[in-house]
Amino acid sequence: MIDDGKPLFVQIAEQVEDSIVDGSLAEETQAPSTTELAAFHRINPATAAKGVNMLVDKGVLYKRRGIGMFVAAGARDLLLTERRRAFALRYVQPLLVEARRIGLGPDDVANLIRAGAEPATP
Amino acid sequence: MDSVIEVRHLTKRYKDVLALDDVGFDIQRDTIYGFLGRNGAGKTTAMSILTAQNLPTSGQVRVFGEDPYENAGVLSRMCFVRESQKYPDDATPRHALASARLFFPRWDQDLADDLVEEFQLPLKRTIKKLSRGQLSAVGVIIGLASRAEITFFDEPYLGLDAVARQIFYDRLLTDYAEHPRTVLLSSHLIDEVSNLIERVLVIDAGRIIMDESTEDARAGATNVVGDAAAVERALHGREVIHRESLGRVTSVTFLGRLDDGERAALAADGLDLAPVSLQQLIVRLTQQRTAGRDAFAPASQEGSLR
Repeated sequence: MIDDGKPLFVQIAEQVEDSIVDGSLAEETQAPSTTELAAFHRINPATAAKGVNMLVDKGVLYKRRGIGMFVAAGARDLLLTERRRAFALRYVQPLLVEARRIGLGPDDVANLIRAGAEPATP
Repeated sequence: MDSVIEVRHLTKRYKDVLALDDVGFDIQRDTIYGFLGRNGAGKTTAMSILTAQNLPTSGQVRVFGEDPYENAGVLSRMCFVRESQKYPDDATPRHALASARLFFPRWDQDLADDLVEEFQLPLKRTIKKLSRGQLSAVGVIIGLASRAEITFFDEPYLGLDAVARQIFYDRLLTDYAEHPRTVLLSSHLIDEVSNLIERVLVIDAGRIIMDESTEDARAGATNVVGDAAAVERALHGREVIHRESLGRVTSVTFLGRLDDGERAALAADGLDLAPVSLQQLIVRLTQQRTAGRDAFAPASQEGSLR
C-alpha cells in the first residue's frame, strides 16, 4: 500500500476510511488508535497521528476523552458523498485517456462497462 | 518545538580533509531522525562530536542547552551506538549489558532480556567471537534498553539479516510510542527506514543539504515519463535533478510540487507521473552535487548511496 504518490498520512487515513465505507468499521464504534496504526503499518507514530487528525478535522472520527477515537455518526454517508464526487476524476478520466490512446471511443467504453457488469455466464 | 541539540558553525578538519564544513542544525525533542549521507560525508564525525567523543576544530555544540564535553550530566542522557564499538578482549555481551545498566539511569532490564531472547544473543560467549550480526545486536539492545533521551544509531544493522532488522525497526517504533525520545538513525538502507523517520537530515561532503520533514521531502520531487517533447513542455522552469532518455521517451525527476490541476493536465498529455522514493531523491541530490563539484573530472559515478 505504501507509496502510490500520496503522502503516507493520507494513505493511512484512506485505509481507515475504506473500513468505514465497506462497513467493517461501524459508526459509533472505536477506531484503531494512533499507536495501533503505527505498529500495524510500521510507520512513525507522528505520521499515524497526522492521518487520524485529518479524519477528526473532516468529522469522520471524534475523540472520547480518556477512551479513544470513535467513528462519528454519519461518517459513512459523508465519505460516500465525497468518493462519488471524486469518482469521475479518479477513475473515469484515466479510463478515457487510455481508451483514446488505443482507439476506443466513449461508446465502446460504455459497451465494455455494460458487458463487464453483466453476471458471468458459466 | 523545542530542540535538544543545537549545532552552530561546526567545523572539523582532519589534516587536509574538511569533514564538517560550517554545519548548523537543530534536533527537535522526541523525534526520530534519519541522518543520511554517503560514506565519508561526515555523519560519524558529527555524532562523535555531539557525544563528546571527538572535539570540533571550531564551532559550537549544545546538548540540552549545555556543552557536552566532559559533562557527565549530559552524557548519561545520551547513548551512541557505534558501528565499530570496541570492547575489552575478554568481555562478553553479559558484561557489556551490565555496564550499560550501570551507566544509563533509564535502563530497562526487562526490555534488554526480551531483546536478548529475540535476537538469540549468546550472553556468555566473548564478544570477539561473535558474528558481525550478533555484535550489531549487542549495540541495538543497548541502544533500545538504555531509553536514553537522545539515542544515536550509527548504521546499527551491519550483519543483521532482514528478519533481525525488522525486529529492530518494530521494537524501536513500539518502544518509542510508549517512551518518546529523540533518535538519530544513520542508515544507508533509506527505503527501509523511510517510514520510521519523522525528519530527514542529509549531509553531503561535510555540509547539510536537507533538513526537513520526511513527508515534505517526499512530496518535494516528482518523476515524469513520456514523449521527450511533451516532457520538456511540462517542465518549463522547474529544477531538474535527473534526466534519462531511451529513444523518444524521457524520464525526468524534478523538484517542486504539482497541484491536482497540473497532474490532470500532464496525464491528459499522455505523461506518466510517479512518486520519487526518499532513497532515489537523496541519491540524485547527492549525485548532482558530486557532478557539480567535479564538473571537469571524468563522469564516473563511484557507487550510489546503496
